[in-house]
Amino acid sequence: MTYGFLDEEAKKEIRRSILKAIAIPGYIVSFASRELPIARGWGTGGLQVTLAIINESDTLKVIDQGCDGSVNAVNIRNFIKSVTKVKTTFSTKEASIIQTRHRIPEQELQEGQILVYQVPMPDILETVEPNTAKQKIMHANADYSKLWVLLYEDTSLFGDSRISNRYPVLVENRYAMDPSPIPKYDTLKLNNNKALQLFGAGREKKIYALPPYTKVEPLKFEDKEFLVENFEGKVCKRCKSSQSFLDELYNDDGSTSYYCNDTDYCDTYKEGKL
Amino acid sequence: MILDIKNLSKIFGKTCDMCLDETGAKPNSSICPKCKSIVGVNRVNLSLYKGEVLGIVGESGSGKSTLLQLIYQDVKASEGEIFIKHFKDKEGKTKNILDANLNELGDLRNSIMSMIYQNPRLGLNYQFSAGGNIAEKIICSGVKNYKMIRERALYFLDKTEIPNSRIDDYPEYFSGGQQQRIQISKALSSNPKILLLDEPTTGLDLSVQAKILDLIKELQHEIGFSMVVVSHDLGVIKHLTDITVVMKNGQIVERGLTDQVLEDPQHPYTQLLVSSIL
Amino acid sequence: MIRLEVKNLKKIFHVHTQGGIEVTGFNDINFELKKGEFLSLFGPSGAGKSSVLKTLFRTYTTSGGSIIFNKDNGESIDISRVNESAILQLRKHDIGYVSQFLHILPRVSAVEVVSQELMFKGESQSTSILKAKEMLDYLSIREELFDLSPLTFSGGEQQRVNIAKGIIAPKSLLLLDEPTASLDKNNTMKVIQKLQEIKKEGVSMIGIFHDLEAMDLISDRVYKLSRVK
Repeated sequence: MTYGFLDEEAKKEIRRSILKAIAIPGYIVSFASRELPIARGWGTGGLQVTLAIINESDTLKVIDQGCDGSVNAVNIRNFIKSVTKVKTTFSTKEASIIQTRHRIPEQELQEGQILVYQVPMPDILETVEPNTAKQKIMHANADYSKLWVLLYEDTSLFGDSRISNRYPVLVENRYAMDPSPIPKYDTLKLNNNKALQLFGAGREKKIYALPPYTKVEPLKFEDKEFLVENFEGKVCKRCKSSQSFLDELYNDDGSTSYYCNDTDYCDTYKEGKL
Repeated sequence: MILDIKNLSKIFGKTCDMCLDETGAKPNSSICPKCKSIVGVNRVNLSLYKGEVLGIVGESGSGKSTLLQLIYQDVKASEGEIFIKHFKDKEGKTKNILDANLNELGDLRNSIMSMIYQNPRLGLNYQFSAGGNIAEKIICSGVKNYKMIRERALYFLDKTEIPNSRIDDYPEYFSGGQQQRIQISKALSSNPKILLLDEPTTGLDLSVQAKILDLIKELQHEIGFSMVVVSHDLGVIKHLTDITVVMKNGQIVERGLTDQVLEDPQHPYTQLLVSSIL
Repeated sequence: MIRLEVKNLKKIFHVHTQGGIEVTGFNDINFELKKGEFLSLFGPSGAGKSSVLKTLFRTYTTSGGSIIFNKDNGESIDISRVNESAILQLRKHDIGYVSQFLHILPRVSAVEVVSQELMFKGESQSTSILKAKEMLDYLSIREELFDLSPLTFSGGEQQRVNIAKGIIAPKSLLLLDEPTASLDKNNTMKVIQKLQEIKKEGVSMIGIFHDLEAMDLISDRVYKLSRVK
C-alpha cells in the first residue's frame, strides 16, 4: 500500500486541484474523486484532501460536529493513522492538520495550520437554483441576485434570514461560497483566518479553498446586522464557559443542560489552560 | 441617437448566400428558395432618439417580435450591429452590443435596457414575491441596502397601482393585468434608458388594456425613457408611439410619424393594414 | 417677420388598395404667413383645406413644393423635407394643432390636460392649475367638470377643452381645424376673443372655419382654395 492510501498520481491530481483552488479563492474546482474504504457522503472529500497533503511531520486532529470522540471522527482518524503512521492529537493547538465536519474549532487557528472541511454540497447556489448549467453562468457573471432575493424575502417576512447553518459568504467580493453546514455562529471565523482552509466534496467531486488572510463576508444587507446564535445566560455545565457554541441536551427528567460543542475547547477551558 | 440598429438580420436554418436577397416584402416570402432557411429579420436599419417612442407594427411572421428579441439578445443575431449610446468599451467608444460578453450583457440588462414580455411568466420569477421580483432587479443594479430596496419596490408598485399591502404576495395570486403591471414595475425599477415592450397588452381584457396603456404612456412622459413597442394592434401603436415602422417578411416597408403612417400611409402594405382596422 | 413660407405645395394620394389610382388632395398652394397674422383657408368641401393643414403639420407627406418654417432664432426648417425626429421637436416646441377631435389619455382630468401645457413651458404647478381653471371657466366649462376626464364630456365641451389646451401656452404657429364647429354663438365669440389676444402676442395662425362670421372677425387674410379638378 502506498503512503496515504492513494497512489501518487491521484495525490498529484488532488494537489494540483488544491493549488488551483487556492489561487482563486472561493472558486469551485472539479477533481477526480477516488474510491475509498469509506462510502460517499461520509467525508470522502475531506479525506482525499487530507491524504493528499499529509506527511510524517504532521499532527492530525479529526472532529465531527466539534467532537473528537464521535464514531465518524474516530473511524477517519484511525484510518488515516493506519495508512500514514502519523501522530494524532485531540488538541487544536498542537494539530497541523484539522479535518472537520460542520464546525470550526473555537480556539483561534495559527499560521501554518490547515483546516480541512468535509463538504456535502459544494455550491451555495444549489439552494436557490437547481440547474447546474445556470449555476455556472451565475458564478461566471457574479450574479448572486437569487441569494440576495432569498435574503430579501426572509427579511420582509421574518425580519432576518432564516438560514441557520451553511450561511452564504462572499469571498474577496467575487465568489459566493458555500462554507459547508457550519452553524451561523462560525461564519465570521472564516474571515481573515491565519490558517489555510481547504474544502473537499468527494461525492460531488469538487475542491475549493481560502488562503490565509482572505476576506470572507457573510451575504448581508448594508443596513442590517449579522445576528448569530445567542447563548446569553447559559454556561457549559462541564467547564462553566459562556464563550463557546453550546449543545442543548435533554436529561432523563426532562430538564435541559448545555455543554460545549467543541470538546477540546471544553477540556482546555476546564483545565484552565485557555 | 440612443439606439442605432445597422443591417440586422436573423436567419433560422442552414443559411446561404441567397437568403437575404431572395426573401422579403417584394418576394412576399420569408423562406429562402434555395436552402429553405427562414429569414426572420432581413437587414433592418433603425434609429431612435432620446425620449422617442417607436412602434413596430406588422402581422404574424413579420419579424417584429424577433427584432425585439435580437435587441434584448434573447435570440442571437445572424449579422448586423446595434449601438446604444450608454454602452461603451473601455476606451469610451460605443461598442456593438452584439459583441458584449456575458458580464457586459448583464450590465446592459441591469441598467440600460429592460424588456416587458407579452406573457408575464417570461418576465417574472414565480418563486419570488411581487416585491422580491422588483428587489431582484434593484439588487442587480447594485443596491445592497434593505430599506432602500424595500422602499423602491413599494414606490414602483405604487406607480403601477398595485396596493402596497400585496408586496409580499406571490405573482400567481394576482390577475393577469396585475401580473403585467408587476412586470412593468420590475422593468422600470432599474431606471432603464430604453424600455422594450413586446405586445404588452395582448390577451388582456379591453378595460385592463386601456388602463395599462395609459399607465405606460404616463410613466414614459414622467420618467422620459425611450421606448420600443411591438404590436399587431394599430390602436396600441396610435396610443403610445411617436414614430412607427411597418414590417413585412422581415423587412421594414414604411417608416414615419405615427399619425402620418395611420392617416397617410404610403406603402401598399401599410395602406392594406390601415384600411383593415375595424 | 415671415413665420411660414409655403411654395408650390401639392399633395397627391396614391391609393394602392384601389388599384393604384391617384387622387389629388390639393395643388399649387402658395402663401406667406407673418408673425402675429391670422390666415384663413377658405373653399368648398373637398377643396383640400384640412389636407393643407395636415400637410403643414406633417401628418400628410408632401408630394411637391416646400414649407419653410422660420424660428425666432433665425433657423429655417423645411417641414416637407426634414426627418421625423426634427418634426417631433417642432411639434413639441413650435407648432400646435387644434383638431376637431380631442386626443388625450383617458385618465387625465380636464384641468390636467390644460395645465400640463403651461407646466411644460416651465410654469409652476400651482400657477398652471390656476390659469387652466380660469381658461376653462372662461370657455364655460362648469367647475364640477374640472377634475373629470374630458372623455365623458359632450362634443362641445370636449372641443372647448381642446381649444383651451391649444391656446393657453400657444406655440409660435397654431393650426386650427374648425375650432368653433361644435360651439354656440356665445362660446364662439369667446374663442375668437382669445384668439385675438394671442394674435396680439405674436402667434401666427392658420384656421379653417365654417362659420363665415367668425372667420371674418379673426382673419387678417383669406386664402381661397378651389375644388380640385
